[in-house]
Amino acid sequence: MAIFRWRDPFDEHFREFSRLQEEIDRLYERFFGKQPYTLKGRVFPAVNVYEDDANLYVSAELPGVEPQDLDITVEDERLTLRGARETMNETETLRYRRREREGGPFHRTFSLPARVDPEKAHAEAKDGVLMVTLPKAGVMEPKKVEIRVD
Amino acid sequence: MKDKGPETGMMEAKEGLIHEGPVLTPAVDILEDGEALLLIVNMPGVNSDKVDIQLLENELTVSGRVMWKEPEAAAIHTEYTSGNYLRKFILPKEVDQRKIEASMKNGLLRVRLPKAGSVEPRKITVRTG
Repeated sequence: MAIFRWRDPFDEHFREFSRLQEEIDRLYERFFGKQPYTLKGRVFPAVNVYEDDANLYVSAELPGVEPQDLDITVEDERLTLRGARETMNETETLRYRRREREGGPFHRTFSLPARVDPEKAHAEAKDGVLMVTLPKAGVMEPKKVEIRVD
Repeated sequence: MKDKGPETGMMEAKEGLIHEGPVLTPAVDILEDGEALLLIVNMPGVNSDKVDIQLLENELTVSGRVMWKEPEAAAIHTEYTSGNYLRKFILPKEVDQRKIEASMKNGLLRVRLPKAGSVEPRKITVRTG
């Protein structure tokens, strides 16, 4: 007859384990659901950056922002996204019952991890997602400095 | 209006809503004026023909399928995860379910839930004699 050790649910180690499980569940929920994923006070817009040999790609989630209300500048290896999100103003009759989305102007600047050619940069927006493609600048030839010996 | 979190982290296999990524709970604003309730739902990456709104009794389910594809390049900085969206709401009784309207633009879903016309209080005369 096989002997199994009975696991006392009130055993100290087991309790510790379930506490750890709860922590994991909480973390999981925070990343994958239950909680609204855009929490207040978050930097806006959230961006992802990608890189291949030829380009850097910056994508940003901008729900509700009209592409013409968006200002994108590339200068000195810095990318700036600026614009405004529409907000509904409360009036006598119009009231917020729940407010999770943030509104108002936004301004965000990033240092780019590579030199890019601003002239060739282009962007497209679709369904509230912006994608900026930044072609990398040609590799600079190392310049040899001659040392004059008298 | 009370909202109800998604039932599970994964969608059941359902036509048109199968995605490898996580199911996200979209941020929502709920506004009310004298005539209607207005839901504003952030769904970046969802096209208007990939939004699904279902009403079952007083439970309104809003879901969206993300069509946006990541570039085929190495991700070097990640602040958001893209995935499908799902959120459920329990509608108050005063909503006229036949008149619900929705529109989608720039990854923002708006659902207008008109309230049923207010019923005039009826005075009942008490006859005497």
